[in-house]
Amino acid sequence: MIQVTLPAHLRTLARVEGDVAVEVEGQATLRSVLDALEAQYPMLRGTIRDHVTQQRRPFLRFFACQEDWSLEPPDTPLPDAVVRGTEPLMIVGAIAGG
Amino acid sequence: MSKVRVLVGTRKGAFILSSDGKREKWGVSGPHFAGWEIYHMKGSPVDPDRLYASQSSGWFGQVIQRSSDGGKTWETPGGEKLPRPGEFPAGASNKFVYDVSSASGKPLTTHQWYDGTQHPWEFKRVWHLEPSLTDAETVYAGVEDAAIFRSTDGAVSWQELSGLRGHGTGPKWQPGAGGMCLHSIVLDRSDPQRMFIAISAAGAFRTDDGGATWKPINRGLKSQYIPDPHAEVGHCVHHIAMHPARPGVLYMQKHWDVMRSDNAGDLWQEVSGNLPTDFGFVIDVHAHEPETIYVVPIKSDSEHFPMDGKLRVYRSRSGGNEWEPLTKGLPQSDCYVNVLRDAMAVDSLDSCGVYFGTTGGQVYASRDSGDNWAPIVHDLPAVLSVEVQTIA
Repeated sequence: MIQVTLPAHLRTLARVEGDVAVEVEGQATLRSVLDALEAQYPMLRGTIRDHVTQQRRPFLRFFACQEDWSLEPPDTPLPDAVVRGTEPLMIVGAIAGG
Repeated sequence: MSKVRVLVGTRKGAFILSSDGKREKWGVSGPHFAGWEIYHMKGSPVDPDRLYASQSSGWFGQVIQRSSDGGKTWETPGGEKLPRPGEFPAGASNKFVYDVSSASGKPLTTHQWYDGTQHPWEFKRVWHLEPSLTDAETVYAGVEDAAIFRSTDGAVSWQELSGLRGHGTGPKWQPGAGGMCLHSIVLDRSDPQRMFIAISAAGAFRTDDGGATWKPINRGLKSQYIPDPHAEVGHCVHHIAMHPARPGVLYMQKHWDVMRSDNAGDLWQEVSGNLPTDFGFVIDVHAHEPETIYVVPIKSDSEHFPMDGKLRVYRSRSGGNEWEPLTKGLPQSDCYVNVLRDAMAVDSLDSCGVYFGTTGGQVYASRDSGDNWAPIVHDLPAVLSVEVQTIA
């Protein structure tokens, strides 16, 4: 199971506490993990990436194993530690606004 | 005994203020959706326990919330988990996609940008939700960039009424300081096919065929800040209101000017009269007196606060032109809040209640048509919208 860390507001929206675990069939990539996350928590659709373009929302970024994955192509395989579930895929909201 | 429920959208969540018909003691529920901007929340006239709320954030975009128990619990329509993994629900309550289908004439054009160049339409948020007068599952959404959407399945899925942007004047629409928003939707009880909407900054529009086609209704408006002050479109309308019993009579708070139309928007006349300033955002009509209207004058378009630090509601009992200040119970010194366009509403009890919210976080209520005021709450986040339900 892949662990995903959500920003606080999305945890509230999804009605979960702490990290969520998702199962991915086939290769674990940003796209496949987000697909699985949105299938498990449909209320998150549109809040992380655009409904139509599938582009990451501008004030969110993706981190894995202390690396910024935000600009990686969405079908790039995620690190082994994320696949094994020992490191989370982190979805992080920009610290901005009032 | 009747109850009153005041639905308050703020910069940091939603609040529901409840009272019995005496309107003396109020309970406060919230914040719902804490930390999110709630641009608007409104109840169905058919089923008062059915509420719709527009929840948005610069980080996470748009979410639509729905309640079936008067706001005690909420759900994201279409957001429920399905039994089989990988199977998506048919709907997506926050999916607002502009219509580019060939069947409806590919109305997605460009609009005018701040610098005068053309700019593509981009969905940003829902400003206003208007539940149907006859069906609790049908609701309209006014969005930024300006368009109107309709849901007939309780906000699970949305379809654009693209005839509005298909009118052909889209390239002349432009955003105001708050964005290019469709902020007012007025339904006509006497004619289910007729609706009015208003856009900043395009103007007011009317449909007489249930939203298939629209016409601009801006004749008589005069806006000195656009190249042609009498243009067909381009006017920065801030809000429009109508009394249910007088469907042909519309009232408008424009950027500057308070206006009135007696022929469903075909022609407007200015009724600013003796107002100290005719800039403002809100306008509303008394529940039982169709010629009694309310505005909150704001100093100017560069100073968005009341004149002289005095928060005054102005009431006209003659449908405009002759206005009286209402001050009892409102701060009359050092008050520099704003009252935004969707932040005034009335109840329909025998002695009409009038309510408005401020950017300072106060919600003021009057139980006597505006003669006397008192705050229900005074330390909420900045208030974006106020709606009132009178529940028998």
